[in-house]
Amino acid sequence: MSDVVEKTLTALPSLLSLDSQPGAGKLSVTSKLGSLIRGITELTSKHEEEKLIKKELAAIKEHVSSPNTTLRQMKEIMVRAIYCEMLGFEASFCYIHAIKLAQQGSMFEKRVGYLAVSLFLREGHDLLLLLVNTVLKDLQSTNLIEVCMALTVVSQIFPKDMIPAVLPLVEDKLTHSKEIIRRKAVLALYKFYLMAPNQVQHIHDKFRRALCDKDPGVMTASLHIYLQMIKESPENYKELAGSFVVILKQVVSGKLPADFSYHSVPAPWLQMQLLRILALLGKEDQRTSEIMYEVLDESLRRAEINHNITYAILYECVKTVYTIHPKSELLEKAAKCIGKFVLSPKINLKYLGLKALTYVVQQDPNLALQHQMTIIECLDHPDPIIKRETLELLYRITNAQNVTVIVEKMLDFLRHSRDEYTVIGLVGKVAELAEKYAPDNSWFVQTMNAVFSLGGDAMQPDITNNFLRLLAEGFDNAEEDRQLRLLAVDSYLSLLGGEAASLPQPFLQIISWVLGEYSYLKVGQDPTDVLARLGALLERHDITTETRCWVLAAMGKLCTTDGALRRAREVAHQYSACLDTALRQQAMELELLGQDAPLRHRVLPHDASCEDLEVDSSLSFLDGFVSEALALGAAPYKPPHQRQEELSQHKALNFEPYGPSLPASLSACSLTDRQSPTAMSLSSGISGNSTEQMQKASSNTLKLDGVKKVWGKEGYLPQKEATEEAPPPVASSAPTPSCQQGGAEHTQLAVSSAGEEEQEKRQLAATLFVGLGSQNSLCLMGKPDAAPKRIWRRQRPDQEALDGGSRPPVSSVDDTLDGLFDDAVPDSALLYSLDGPSVPQSCLDGGGEAAGGSLDAGMEPALALSPGDAPGSLLPPALLALPRSDMEALCSDGTLSVCACKVYQRDALLLALFLSNACDLPLEELSCDVTSEEAKVTDGYTTAASISLLAGRGVAVVLHHLVMELPSSQAVVAVRVSYRPGAGAPTQQAVSLSLSLADFIRPLPVSTEEYGRLWLSFSNDVKQNLRLLADSEDPLAATLAALKDKLRLHIVDIIGAEGIVACQLVPGQPCLLHCHAHGGTLTAWLRSPLPTLPDCLLYHCQKAIEES
Amino acid sequence: MIKAILIFNNHGKPRLIRFYQYFAEDMQQQIIRETFHLVSKRDDNVCNFLEGGSLIGGSDYKLIYRHYATLYFVFCVDSSESELGILDLIQVFVETLDKCFENVCELDLIFHMDKVHYILQEVVMGGMVLETNMNEIVAQVDVQNRMEKSEGGLSAAPARAVSAVKNMNLPEIPRNINIGDINIKVPSLSPF
Repeated sequence: MSDVVEKTLTALPSLLSLDSQPGAGKLSVTSKLGSLIRGITELTSKHEEEKLIKKELAAIKEHVSSPNTTLRQMKEIMVRAIYCEMLGFEASFCYIHAIKLAQQGSMFEKRVGYLAVSLFLREGHDLLLLLVNTVLKDLQSTNLIEVCMALTVVSQIFPKDMIPAVLPLVEDKLTHSKEIIRRKAVLALYKFYLMAPNQVQHIHDKFRRALCDKDPGVMTASLHIYLQMIKESPENYKELAGSFVVILKQVVSGKLPADFSYHSVPAPWLQMQLLRILALLGKEDQRTSEIMYEVLDESLRRAEINHNITYAILYECVKTVYTIHPKSELLEKAAKCIGKFVLSPKINLKYLGLKALTYVVQQDPNLALQHQMTIIECLDHPDPIIKRETLELLYRITNAQNVTVIVEKMLDFLRHSRDEYTVIGLVGKVAELAEKYAPDNSWFVQTMNAVFSLGGDAMQPDITNNFLRLLAEGFDNAEEDRQLRLLAVDSYLSLLGGEAASLPQPFLQIISWVLGEYSYLKVGQDPTDVLARLGALLERHDITTETRCWVLAAMGKLCTTDGALRRAREVAHQYSACLDTALRQQAMELELLGQDAPLRHRVLPHDASCEDLEVDSSLSFLDGFVSEALALGAAPYKPPHQRQEELSQHKALNFEPYGPSLPASLSACSLTDRQSPTAMSLSSGISGNSTEQMQKASSNTLKLDGVKKVWGKEGYLPQKEATEEAPPPVASSAPTPSCQQGGAEHTQLAVSSAGEEEQEKRQLAATLFVGLGSQNSLCLMGKPDAAPKRIWRRQRPDQEALDGGSRPPVSSVDDTLDGLFDDAVPDSALLYSLDGPSVPQSCLDGGGEAAGGSLDAGMEPALALSPGDAPGSLLPPALLALPRSDMEALCSDGTLSVCACKVYQRDALLLALFLSNACDLPLEELSCDVTSEEAKVTDGYTTAASISLLAGRGVAVVLHHLVMELPSSQAVVAVRVSYRPGAGAPTQQAVSLSLSLADFIRPLPVSTEEYGRLWLSFSNDVKQNLRLLADSEDPLAATLAALKDKLRLHIVDIIGAEGIVACQLVPGQPCLLHCHAHGGTLTAWLRSPLPTLPDCLLYHCQKAIEES
Repeated sequence: MIKAILIFNNHGKPRLIRFYQYFAEDMQQQIIRETFHLVSKRDDNVCNFLEGGSLIGGSDYKLIYRHYATLYFVFCVDSSESELGILDLIQVFVETLDKCFENVCELDLIFHMDKVHYILQEVVMGGMVLETNMNEIVAQVDVQNRMEKSEGGLSAAPARAVSAVKNMNLPEIPRNINIGDINIKVPSLSPF
């Protein structure tokens, strides 16, 4: 009998392990998983564990491959395999069996199978192909659970290229009767949307139906999709704002069933999601914001119960209030809420309070002032996360007056912080502040020394690059440059002399570069001595080869005296047999430069490190060498792709027109080939785009975009003054350092009553928050240069253009008018103005009184420009020959009307804006801004132009060159025109214009051979079936011709049922299209070096075919 | 979006790992180790939020965690999620586990890893929050379990009887697992 029991047990071990009884009974001792786990817990060392698991895996492997294993046993084995994988041991041999289990098992085993598959396989694993049929079957099943499982697995691991297979079935599920299925289907579609937005383009109206679903759960799920879509293009969904407000209103007032409440708060997660959507919709949009004021007010009011989740809603609410168009009452309430957070004893809330403060402090510095004592306390908080958040806040309020204190606090924190990640982030911030606001040179050098020694080896390279660039480029004042360099040399010499602490490698590299470059500035400093100190560095064992290279390079610049020369030769000799090639090369160079003084002067001139080097990228100086080698019988050089092609030609029987994918390594190697010449400028150590990286790095902290625009001078100022007149108690007890002298008096008053410690804190507060008062609140952040400063990074031109205040001066109208008619268009934003009388009457007659009769139907004067031939007379002749779009009236306010015309230049899209003055009076201070996030406006993402005067009835034409660097299916261009009518107040008109990717597509004239070569070298491809235009004799040719017409593609060749087409995205990113027609479909295969281009272009091809 | 859900005990032993964004196998283990390292250093009286560290996403990602008796529940999310919201989602998840397992403890998570995964699947799907209503989650899991039970059918009944017999002469329970205090205490959320 006991035998029978034993057998039953081994046959059904899984049941036991799944049997959930409370207490110790849960330990199903007999199951194999149980014994495995028990085995592991008894082990003491990692090594033993590894051995045990290896053994276990071997047992599993044997089991799964045995034909006698039942599905039920397999299920139990899978759980064990999942356990092993969780511990980090690979069980790849199980993957296929997991798929089999999902395929063949009954519900029970299927569930484990699906779970195992979704845990084992990553998105896009090859084996997933085997799962597609199972998923399809289960999606069609009548069993709800099977459908649920299939939807879950689809949303978890299905890759982009498998979406078309399941999409129709998932779509069907949106109308399923069970709400849980609908909800899961919506989420699966959201996942698809994230991966390939173009593939779900056509079901947008179904999303809308999901939003209106009678089940709130489905509606909640659909908000995920809407949040994402609104994030991408808020302007397309403005009309939904009302609906979202209504939904939120109903939720807030408790219209949902009690089931949806959590701790008696109605659907809190739904509320948060809605608030986030509202924030996106109301941003920079007064009209939309106005709809939501009421419900936001209601939310703020309702969230009074003291529970975690109400605070979560409150926090979202505050963020929304501060993001949308401001309303003073709401702001006041939100500020109060922030106060509640900051002052809360609950540490989580305090953290969020600080975050919220950081978010709003740029708009409302008074808020930081109100809470200054809390902020000071947080600086000494035991929790490093709170401390760091506080420093982040301080970083935002830094100005030239408080920079020393704040930087000192940050360095303090850095000295005690071990976490590398924190250090790297903070070090960058300190460096940025030091560069921006340094009060004097010696402080700057000292601070940067601290930064470099604390930053360690993992520091962002652009910090060092920026520092060296700053030293090398200098400022306008030569004396100051000299002083700064001298200070740096002095401090580094003493650092090297001390030698006590081992400095990080980047710092050593900086030291050697600076000493090599500038130690001559120090009068009486013997280069031999400097060289000796650098030489001492080489003796140390803890410095890397890279640093050694820097040291050797520095030595090359220093061997100006005999002693130095001798020492340098020794070093050069020592390293000339070194195994590391880079170091060896440096040693050789050092040796050569040491011998040849004239050569050294030519190669390494004094103080010329930032002069431009001319790099001969064609390597023409090697021509002699090459021809010699060729004469001696060497084979001529062939570029890699050519080699590849010849290789494939040698192989017989190549039926493919051009081979499939090129190995990634090959394309990578051709890339480095192209780049190699620029790598030659290593010794100067300055990379060209480091500032850009720095800006990127510094901008990833908090997204505050648009904050400034909302907060104009007139936006919040009256309210701010009100708070100043009647400051809340916190602010009045502490000094209000809006003006320094007043602040000092206050401090003294406060000191007498407060304790010693308190006094310290107050003093600290006074120094930290200095300059934060409301008088200078406008230039408070100094983010775009406000504070007086002596050290600053050189501004890039486009940054200046971004700064609305400092528009580049525009040369006088006559000059530009002359320059305009040249073939080459020199300026980024070109403009010219034509005085009224000189404009041909034909294009302006609509505006004149005389034409009043001919244009009857109440046409706006702007329409006078819209007929196709009108721009002809206004555009520069050089542009007239180019293809262009029809004129499009953008906006008009009776005084000034704006029309646009797109001119398709070969290498850019030229956007011509026609500003026509409909009045008889001249317009002054006319200016026109064009900005776009997706497209690049010549050399910045924005450009501004201004015209001092536009005569009555005159027309000004502003030209902007646009290119698209990162493909996206459409680009929105914001146009802002401002002007001042003769005697009136300045007026502004803003309008946005959407450009499609097709506007940026140009034909790419290539031959079939070139096409083949290019095809091989591109790695990003997309394949999809399109409809073929059936109603003509040659459907392929007709379809391609339609594409050519719509998208300006170049048809390279059509051979039988296949066609190849090439195009480029300005500025010059190629995209190739290979089409194959069979039956009624056209299989399009796109390839490009840009990852997203094929996808976007495919979408437009699809659209073009639909339209034809 | 939720990028990963990690549950490990006070010694850093993983109990449930679910990634919603792909990381290579060894990277996953490294993330678990680093996360444990970050989280275990922190006292109970500090805040429940952390920045992701250099391994997972950097400053755009946040770690939000709760510590119950012997287990850490860590959610790694991107900046679009609300910190406090996720904190309560963890609470919902744990309370649901408590309902499904009747006084959930670490052992439940070890021995019924698959079940915990099923429960999690009803809360979070592909990185998105699917359901926050505890009763609804329990109901969904129950529907599945009922299917399971009915399918187990007749053969399941004797097995259960056998297990009862077996448990009577239970060999000693593993030494290092102290069943006494292993129960995860689900604190009723204290009001602020």
